[in-house]
Amino acid sequence: MPELTYTSAELMIVNAARLLKDGDVVFVGVGQPNLACNLAKRTHAPNLTMIYEAGVIGAEPSRLPLSIGDPTLVSGALSVVSMYDIFTLYLQRGNVDVGFLGGAQIDRFGNINATIVGSDYAHPKVRLPGSGGAQEIAAWANRCYIMTPHQKRRFPEKVDFLTSAGYLSGKGERNLAGLRGAGPIGVVTDIGFMEPNQDGELILSALHPGKTVEQARENTGWDLIISKNLKITEPITDLELKILRVDLGQTAS
Amino acid sequence: MSKILSLQEAIRNYVNDGDLVYAAGFTHLIPFAAGHEIIRQHKKNLILARATPDLIYDQLVAAGCAKKVIFSYMGNPGVGSLRMIRSAIEKGELEWEEYSHFGMITRLQAAASGLPFLPMNQTAATDLERNNPLIKRVQDPYSGREVITVPPLAPDVAIVHVQRCDKNGNAHLWGIIGEQKEVAFAAKKVILTTEEIVDEAIIRSDPNRTLIPGFIVQAICLVPHAAHPSYAQGYYDRDNEFYLSWDKISESPEAIKKYLDEWVFGVENREEYWQKLGAEKQALLQVNPRLSEAINYGDY
Repeated sequence: MPELTYTSAELMIVNAARLLKDGDVVFVGVGQPNLACNLAKRTHAPNLTMIYEAGVIGAEPSRLPLSIGDPTLVSGALSVVSMYDIFTLYLQRGNVDVGFLGGAQIDRFGNINATIVGSDYAHPKVRLPGSGGAQEIAAWANRCYIMTPHQKRRFPEKVDFLTSAGYLSGKGERNLAGLRGAGPIGVVTDIGFMEPNQDGELILSALHPGKTVEQARENTGWDLIISKNLKITEPITDLELKILRVDLGQTAS
Repeated sequence: MSKILSLQEAIRNYVNDGDLVYAAGFTHLIPFAAGHEIIRQHKKNLILARATPDLIYDQLVAAGCAKKVIFSYMGNPGVGSLRMIRSAIEKGELEWEEYSHFGMITRLQAAASGLPFLPMNQTAATDLERNNPLIKRVQDPYSGREVITVPPLAPDVAIVHVQRCDKNGNAHLWGIIGEQKEVAFAAKKVILTTEEIVDEAIIRSDPNRTLIPGFIVQAICLVPHAAHPSYAQGYYDRDNEFYLSWDKISESPEAIKKYLDEWVFGVENREEYWQKLGAEKQALLQVNPRLSEAINYGDY
């Protein structure tokens, strides 16, 4: 069989999709997380329920949504509610299993910055979009996953601004604040997969086929610990790529 | 006295310089027509609040109408950054106040409910709290634990675009209903723009769909296609091409000025704007019907 060729984005989407369990209620973002959820739903997790922060529950989009508030999410959905309801009845109450997060910076303890680059909030070097729903999703979804390309500038030792809590400084502060969610239990990159150790520090637990420990270390802004049980992720299958490209209309760019 | 006004009259009568304005909507039913009218009337020093400022606030800031924005996610939805607001903040030319989405809509919910504040559970992400003095903590008197609080957000004017309402402003909305109901109850004054004004009997045929009662509404403006380039569920689709092109336009002050001259100052009202878009674009935005199953309220 000829070796499959795929893009970094496809690699991340497929690996993120595999983290979802059948029956999960997922708080979905647009872009790659949306594709990961749709892929999971068409493969091993047909009973996935997709929730969007715009207030849509059980979306079954018939075209790729252009934004988190696309009308295709509404037509044929299970329910549409106000934003206040989504954040209270669904998220704060504990009815969301999985949240997907991204951000300009993710640090050693899985903390996320989506607010500013620079150290002075009042005079930001770069003004980013801000939290949106991410602050609460990171705190209250039962499990969170982060999807981001593996680049040094995205993985600093410490975030410039704490938009969403990961494991803070690693000393059990999540518990002290009474957060109900388990936090960012996995980070999918285009090099591999990182998971928190017992101190909440992200360590490399798996590599994608053909990727190396050196690549991961070079592209991480802290002294990355490599798991003693470093795994290799399962190769992407023909079927997964076909669903992504044909059924979900992803061009292999 | 009839509450039905032209959009020009409604903005002239109900939006004052310096007002805190909340033009509602989460990517859906964004009141673009009202925003353009505010620009045409050269309103000044507005405080523009909304969870997701969207392109219309970028345009209002570009046109010099705003002194401050209050927001929770400042992006061009599905595209990228809001360049005007972003650069105005980076240059120190625009004040801002920031929350998470939940913080923002909890402020509205508090105002809409007539409460002095509302609590939220902690998130442990404390940097915003440290930088925004309106986000506070109090002790929960029952468990003794600390909760986060935000104060009510009561806009001087809420502008809400709806699919249909009757002549008294009893309004039906469907699709993504973000924070429209909450902001209408939170605000001191409410301007509705609507795709259609329908007979009261149509509103009464489906009372569960009435999110905004007429008695909290000051002005009703019949403005079909008021949400373009955003969309109105079941009426027309989002003009994604424009969202993408704004990303380019907003790169340069000259291009923005040209856009405003042509599409805001260069037209008298939304009808002229819609005609100017042309038949081809109008056809692209058309949407096929997908009707809900009629329900039976019972003849009691």
